Amino acid sequence: MNEIAEYIIAALLLVGGFFTLVGAIGLARLPDFFTRLHGPTKATTVGVGAIMLASVLYFSVSHDGIGISEILITVFLFMTAPVSANILAKAAMHIGVKSMDDTRGKPWEQ
Amino acid sequence: MLDRLNFPQPWLSLLLFAIWQFLSDGISGASVVLGLFLAWLIPQITQGFWPERPGFIHPWRMPVYLARVLMDIIVASVSVARLILSPRAPSPMFVCYPLELEHPLAISILASTISLTPGTVSADVSDDNKTLLIHALDAQSEQEVIDAIKTRYEKPLLEMFK
Repeated sequence: MNEIAEYIIAALLLVGGFFTLVGAIGLARLPDFFTRLHGPTKATTVGVGAIMLASVLYFSVSHDGIGISEILITVFLFMTAPVSANILAKAAMHIGVKSMDDTRGKPWEQ
Repeated sequence: MLDRLNFPQPWLSLLLFAIWQFLSDGISGASVVLGLFLAWLIPQITQGFWPERPGFIHPWRMPVYLARVLMDIIVASVSVARLILSPRAPSPMFVCYPLELEHPLAISILASTISLTPGTVSADVSDDNKTLLIHALDAQSEQEVIDAIKTRYEKPLLEMFK
């Protein structure tokens, strides 16, 4: 494996790890359910995206052929993360989870 | 039984077949047979969920749209990371977003885009498909959020699905 690829892979892993960590910190620090919901959807987008890119690069350089399955995993994650966030938000509004006091605007009733 | 042996959505079947070949390690006789079977079975099962055919008019605009969304995700996640790590409390807001899009597939693409870009999560669609409820993590004003989504994402989608 050449050296430049190694540096790029290491940098991508660091970036991915950083954003996943920030997502976890957000989950612990943010004040109410709806703001905490932003953590998991966001950590997956950049964090998982960067880690997957590193994995694709690593396997393309060390073995022959690009890792198409990693790209597919990323695509599936990007497709399912918004759906789960949407269902969580809907369920929270349905059972009337309280949002933090200075939230402006109201969730509607249906 | 024989009238079931068709492919109601040829493109979906083709996509499923291709994905199955990529997921299995190398193309072999077994993966082709199983891929063909899945490409037939899954559209049959999910047919009821597609009340109308999704109609793309300008599908070649999709890569441009995806590239823009990808850029926005990277830029916005840095600002959200800064917000999470800074000591000040976020000022969240529920925004009622008036939809111009009418096609159900277009609306779900827009809602997914909103959820994927950091700082906003789409929470619900009204029963008449006219309003989208969005939770913004840190917003100055309702109009600002609406304008940003309208110009960046809904305009290109409108052109794609018109």
